[in-house]
Amino acid sequence: MKTFKGRVVAPGSVKAEAVVTHGGFNTLASLQKSLQFGDKTAKCGDQNNPELYGKPLAGRALCLPQTIGSTTGGLVIYCACAMKRNPACLLFSNKIDSLAAAGSILADVWLDDVSMPVVDSLGDEFLSYVKDGMTVTVREDGTVTVE
Amino acid sequence: MQLTEQQQEILNGSRGETVAKAMKALVMYGDVFGADKMVPVTSEFNHLVTSFGLGVISPVYDLMDKLIEAGAVSGQKFSADPRPLDPNVPANLLQKLIFKKFMYNKQDFYEKQLDTLGLMDKDAFTCACYMDEVGNKPKKGDVLSWSESSAVVYANSVLGARCNRNSGIMDLMGSVVGLVPHFGLLTDEGRKAGWIVRVETETKPEAQLLGSAIGMKVMEDVPYIIGLDKWLGDELDDSACTYLKDFGAATASNGAVGLYHVENLTPEAKEQGRELILDGAQVYVIDDAELKRVKDSYPVVWKNPDAKPRLCFMGCPHMSLRQLTDWTEKVEAALREAGNKKVVIPTVFTAAPAVLREFEATEYAERLKKTGVITSYICPLMYMNNPLCAKMPVITSSNKLRTYTTAKYYTDEEILVQITKGGDEA
Repeated sequence: MKTFKGRVVAPGSVKAEAVVTHGGFNTLASLQKSLQFGDKTAKCGDQNNPELYGKPLAGRALCLPQTIGSTTGGLVIYCACAMKRNPACLLFSNKIDSLAAAGSILADVWLDDVSMPVVDSLGDEFLSYVKDGMTVTVREDGTVTVE
Repeated sequence: MQLTEQQQEILNGSRGETVAKAMKALVMYGDVFGADKMVPVTSEFNHLVTSFGLGVISPVYDLMDKLIEAGAVSGQKFSADPRPLDPNVPANLLQKLIFKKFMYNKQDFYEKQLDTLGLMDKDAFTCACYMDEVGNKPKKGDVLSWSESSAVVYANSVLGARCNRNSGIMDLMGSVVGLVPHFGLLTDEGRKAGWIVRVETETKPEAQLLGSAIGMKVMEDVPYIIGLDKWLGDELDDSACTYLKDFGAATASNGAVGLYHVENLTPEAKEQGRELILDGAQVYVIDDAELKRVKDSYPVVWKNPDAKPRLCFMGCPHMSLRQLTDWTEKVEAALREAGNKKVVIPTVFTAAPAVLREFEATEYAERLKKTGVITSYICPLMYMNNPLCAKMPVITSSNKLRTYTTAKYYTDEEILVQITKGGDEA
């Protein structure tokens, strides 16, 4: 078990199973298919991401360095949250990027019943330590425990 | 973040609850990135990434309705990304059914919303809004609230405007309130380069491939590119701008680049030179072997990797007028050489409606039509999102389209061989 401390971007607490990508998370490529065609588990559709491709993302603790790709990224996160197909939390090893931040903030401001804690700046060691299937606990103060 | 008295009043509701919420989102957005203040949006027009009436993204339409009902429309007129449907583009009955009934069934509804919110005109749908023919071309130093990654990177790098990589919806918040948070690519410091890229290829590098390599390496950092002026010259003429359009789109989609500098060519690199490079910048050398390594790394997700292509898309981002005329000549010459009269794979060249209108007024339009190539204003990406289209073997020279769909990437020369002769022997 190991504990990491990051910065809270969107507050909340949650416990979930980890899915991990060490490369940039392409939000549009990853989530568009599942949003369009009713896949409630939100399987990752990004063919360029062998770590995540085909794995369910809804309800998981998504551990990533940053998001990349189309500027629909934030909108996609917003829609995933509105449709309850979002990851349980987003845990960034780096500082969050502008698209992921926008999506998280838009969901926080404009949607009433959504909780998707977002923590960034968890450090490279976090992303080296956490593995698929580990249990991740996020606390309100940005503390993340991996076991 | 320090807000002026007037800005604080907006946040407190002086312009109504809905605008206050938009302001709150912008302030939170800025706070995450350490913005020191809010600054006015100064461009004449905005550009939105969301152009598609996908039934499933109803949360976006609900939000648009809230804005409209509250009278919180855009303070600027805006263009938007390309339309997702065009009857000119080949599709079978089942594909059409899925497009119309299950995917873009809210297109007419959404276009009405866009019109109410401030669309420039009924044909202002293109990812390349900065083309002269379209008319949404910001000036150097303009502050933008744009989205669309390929347009943002072009506006920052080639035009010298200032814009962060804003997300869809957040783009509109900026023009509803008229303000954006001052951070990142809006600041002088944020426009400095954390990477030096040395281009050491023996021939002019393929724009889409070079952009892909750089995007994958630097991710969201700013690269300062040395050695590309050898191939592009030191003037931002039509040819250089067209190259940079495609190059930039690949950096932005294969990575998250929002700004690049090309030594001796792009505006800030011309003015400030290597003073733009940060101390301790990392170095990436790109030669022909590196470009080959990158190209070979692309996964092919076709069920049958050797399948005969059934469709070819060129123009993601949308083609320029110059590209349309150049490609007309290339296709004609290659067909003559192959002894064919028409392209052997259904081929679609995409461009902005306004660019297509200009093209139609030239003799090239009829010549291109004779080769069998179809022109369209469609967004190829939106076409490929149809699962029945995704199953088709589609080829493209767009690295953006390759990244987001099942389309297979070929270089321009390889594409030319494919569509005029068949097979991939360039």
